[in-house]
Amino acid sequence: MNNQMTHQIELLKTDLSQLLPIKDRFSAYKFSTSKVGDDVLEFPKEDIVPVLRYFRESGRFDVLMDLCGVDYPERAKRFEVVYHLFSTKTMQRLRIKCQVGEGESIDTATSVWDSANWFEREAFDMFGIKFAGHPNLRRLLVHEEFVGHPLRKDYDADHQQHCSVALPVHFDPTHSHLLPSAKGHNLVPLNIGPSHPSTHGTLRVMAELDGETIARANVELGFLHRCFEKMAETHPYNQVIPYTDRLNYCSAPMNNVGYCKAVERLLGVEIPQKAQAMRIILAELSRIIDHFVCLGANAVDLGALTAFFQLFTYREQVYNLFEKLCGARLTVSLTRIGGMAQDAPPGWFDDVLATCKNIRQGISDVEGLLSQNKIWIQRTQGVGAISAEKAIAWGYTGPLLRAAGVAHDLRKAQPYYMYDQLDFDIPVGTSGDCYDRYLVRVEEMKQSLKIIEQVCKNVPSGDYTIRDKGIVLPEKKDVYGNIEGLMNHFMLVIKGLRPPAGEVYDATEAANGELGFYLVSDGSGRPYRLRVRPPCFAIYQSFPEQVTGGLLSDVISILGSMNLIAGELDR
Amino acid sequence: MPHDNSPSVTGHNSMPLAQPGQAPSDAQLVDSSKSFAFTTRLDDVIAWGRKNSMWPMPYGTACCGIELMSVMGPKYDLARFGAEVVRFSPRQADMLIVAGTITEKMAPVLVHIYEQMLDPKYVISMGACASSGGFYRAYHVLQGIDKVIPVDVFVPGCPPTPEAVLDGVMTLQRMIAEHHPRPWAKNWKRPAWMKQLGTGAPV
Ligand code: SF4
Repeated sequence: MNNQMTHQIELLKTDLSQLLPIKDRFSAYKFSTSKVGDDVLEFPKEDIVPVLRYFRESGRFDVLMDLCGVDYPERAKRFEVVYHLFSTKTMQRLRIKCQVGEGESIDTATSVWDSANWFEREAFDMFGIKFAGHPNLRRLLVHEEFVGHPLRKDYDADHQQHCSVALPVHFDPTHSHLLPSAKGHNLVPLNIGPSHPSTHGTLRVMAELDGETIARANVELGFLHRCFEKMAETHPYNQVIPYTDRLNYCSAPMNNVGYCKAVERLLGVEIPQKAQAMRIILAELSRIIDHFVCLGANAVDLGALTAFFQLFTYREQVYNLFEKLCGARLTVSLTRIGGMAQDAPPGWFDDVLATCKNIRQGISDVEGLLSQNKIWIQRTQGVGAISAEKAIAWGYTGPLLRAAGVAHDLRKAQPYYMYDQLDFDIPVGTSGDCYDRYLVRVEEMKQSLKIIEQVCKNVPSGDYTIRDKGIVLPEKKDVYGNIEGLMNHFMLVIKGLRPPAGEVYDATEAANGELGFYLVSDGSGRPYRLRVRPPCFAIYQSFPEQVTGGLLSDVISILGSMNLIAGELDR
Repeated sequence: MPHDNSPSVTGHNSMPLAQPGQAPSDAQLVDSSKSFAFTTRLDDVIAWGRKNSMWPMPYGTACCGIELMSVMGPKYDLARFGAEVVRFSPRQADMLIVAGTITEKMAPVLVHIYEQMLDPKYVISMGACASSGGFYRAYHVLQGIDKVIPVDVFVPGCPPTPEAVLDGVMTLQRMIAEHHPRPWAKNWKRPAWMKQLGTGAPV
């Protein structure tokens, strides 16, 4: 793997050296492969657009996975804009970094990738980094009356600023194209949410209607911006875990796994087989219950209440499993850096197997309710269809990308833990519409059951965590039982877990798609910067375009099928 | 139950009702009416009706909202407390359940929703976030909804178990039955910094 990586960097070097406008500045380009194996490319900010355009047009990287800022107040050029590119063909990744000083601006990447729009707005919002030529550089997450940029190191984490009023219905010059057929018509503005049953509490959709047709649409984010990234910077590594629970709270354990995996990769430790097995089980159970909520809520929004009750009966059964494991139902925080917090109680794996059997029945019941249901089909088939190319360009991942026909799943593409030894399939759809999304989710749940059953029948023996004294707290019996345990405990609590200075981007396949963590460590006991790449952020960005021209009622189907979880959308 | 103000039924059934084809006498009428009449105070009977038919407006914004779904779901079944008629229109609801983190951006919306509800109205704050900001001592999180709207019952937990939420609902029911004074609601004023909705500057 490492060989291939260095290979990629060499290739890029030759390719870029021939790229015309940058030839004379080429000496300023820095190519490197980090200790953990991430390819990194640094160059002056002036070249960002030509380089990105070259990467996209040559087909080397087709997804702008993430874009974020980092603040280094002591540097001459204070900010760093970090781009993460990904190729769905070769599965390779590249991190690009450009330095931008205070008061300077960097060219916008929106001319290359539309999907850069919100990412850049967020970087502007959080750091005040200016993107020259951006069509709509306004705040994205925090409210409009907010003064300052909260992710700058000199902004206090607990300095709140009140907001006096919600914004009126407004539109965005880039995303809200007016439907050509609606020009000159009398349009009716409509506000949906954030307090609306089908916007699940925190999403706000604004539209202008030409009869029943959406002539223009826009969305507002940030109603659940809980400052996750700032909280992560102010807490020790292990205390960040409960915050990750609350990213995608419908499948909380999965976020724990993603975060711990990123930190472990930076630490360069591999967790024991048993911990891997437990994490896989937790993650797949989470995937199932996440899809439960998504399908249940989607059906409720379209008027079918039964599926929700049916699915929640089984969700409760999974809660019971979590409760047996750790006492909590929803926000379990059961992983620790280096493994799990504790072992599974005796008989737990058998309970999981028994529950799987029930869930299989539950899924087939719900299939019986929906798959052939005339109303369900009419409300979802052909609604929200998207082509594979478009989905990739928007940065879709997860079930929505697969529904559009791209068989991309990180569990297969870049297998982590024991996924490569397990037998499961990746379901794909054809048209990417809401019905396909539904079918893909149903099949994914069945595949997850298959995975869980394979793991449960063959649980590896051994420890549930590594025993490195600098990473994992000793067991309580040692803390109270012997002086060495007490000392280790004391040292780790006082000093904290300190990964080496460096950076890592690590991604897992979460219920909604690629959940990435970009972690910058300065060698201290707290993350210097922890960036989350939430899957539904990129997906939601395409929402105004998807609904424009459709019927008002389709907005509800599409919104539900996207499974937007505000916790990870707004963070 | 000492606090139970349920109306007491005081029925007699001493006198037989009139025979078929025969008009009942006055005394018979008076007596028979007693068999299904009860005496109580008007306040109490209203409170009794109120507490057993609270229509919730679920304001689920985050993780607690998912637990609230469980409360409404088949296992915990809020319907047992007469509160199954979930209304998403504040005009039709009298129990606002705030389940989840309220951010500074959301606060004006929450106040607006509260103002739209008709009296009598009650507020349950579900979870640490709604009650105090929870473990988000952060720049964009309102440090407790009681900073902007009056709260009747706080339910602790992160998220509270469904049992705790049910306990919160029962506490509220008890307060209603006992005519518990609610000065916080009576004296409530919209926070000084907040403007009327719709007065924001156009963007
Ligand atoms: S109290 Fe806890 S569970 Fe509830 S919204 Fe806050 S963080 Fe989520």
